[in-house]
Amino acid sequence: MALTDLANPTRFIALVARALPWLAAATAIVMAIAFYLAFFGSPADYQQGSTVRIMYVHVPSAWLSLFCYALMAAASIGTLVWRHPLADVSAKAAAPIGAAFTFICLATGSLWGRPMWGTWWIWDARLTSQLILLLMYLGLMALWRAVDDPGRAGRAAAVLTLVGTINLPIIKFSVDWWNTLHQPASVFRLDGPTIHPSILTPLLVAAIAFTLLFVTLHLAAMRNEILRRRVRAMQMVAAQREMPTGAAPVPGE
Amino acid sequence: MFGSDPHTGFILASYAVTVITLGLVAGWIVVDHRTQKARLADLEARGITRRSARGGDLSS
Repeated sequence: MALTDLANPTRFIALVARALPWLAAATAIVMAIAFYLAFFGSPADYQQGSTVRIMYVHVPSAWLSLFCYALMAAASIGTLVWRHPLADVSAKAAAPIGAAFTFICLATGSLWGRPMWGTWWIWDARLTSQLILLLMYLGLMALWRAVDDPGRAGRAAAVLTLVGTINLPIIKFSVDWWNTLHQPASVFRLDGPTIHPSILTPLLVAAIAFTLLFVTLHLAAMRNEILRRRVRAMQMVAAQREMPTGAAPVPGE
Repeated sequence: MFGSDPHTGFILASYAVTVITLGLVAGWIVVDHRTQKARLADLEARGITRRSARGGDLSS
């Protein structure tokens, strides 16, 4: 099967049906290993104690919140430039999942901050920009629901998504540009990670598990969105059939 | 594990938030899939077909 064949939603649904069981199984296995390493296979940090275990869900969630938005931005280019039939579907399906990971990032960060920083929340540049990301996800989800026509909604959401990408470098580099309470990067650094392998390994395993989960949920949500659009198209056909002869359709429909 | 750690509650709450949130998203996706399949089956049972399906083009 050529990659371009995936542009066809019917073939895409068939591929998803074959891939989902394997992806779900792989996610479950890697997630179980990640949780085992988080609770039993990693030491307490010399400063943070056992609260370092919160990092095994907080950091992957933070990475995926950014990755998901970057994926939506790429899909938005596909919507606006190439009008790829699956680009808008991909972006719309990704938004709630990205919002969930962003929420987890903020909530677990707050639960880590209370014992470590002595506060649940502070208007620090990293925290604030991450909160803005959550609001952008929610705003995009609201926009998709507010416009009835999926095509128009998709194009409007694509423009808004691309405008919102300005927030991604702000989130990433906020800890370098401003004096923040949030610590600077400790994994993706030019001079290599500053975390001990006994903690870095469980973190990377958790990141793989969360990424597999994201891919699984995203493909399943894309399949749902394609089905939803089919239902809408068929409902419109049904409505036209039931319309009395000579009746004019409602403008804009 | 970390039973003696004074911050056990914060750790368990973090994992609970994570599992519940992702569980809700996964559950919503499963329910949504069943809903859309049921709607499609209902429409097909009423003899409604998509224009693209009638024309042989499967791209919508």
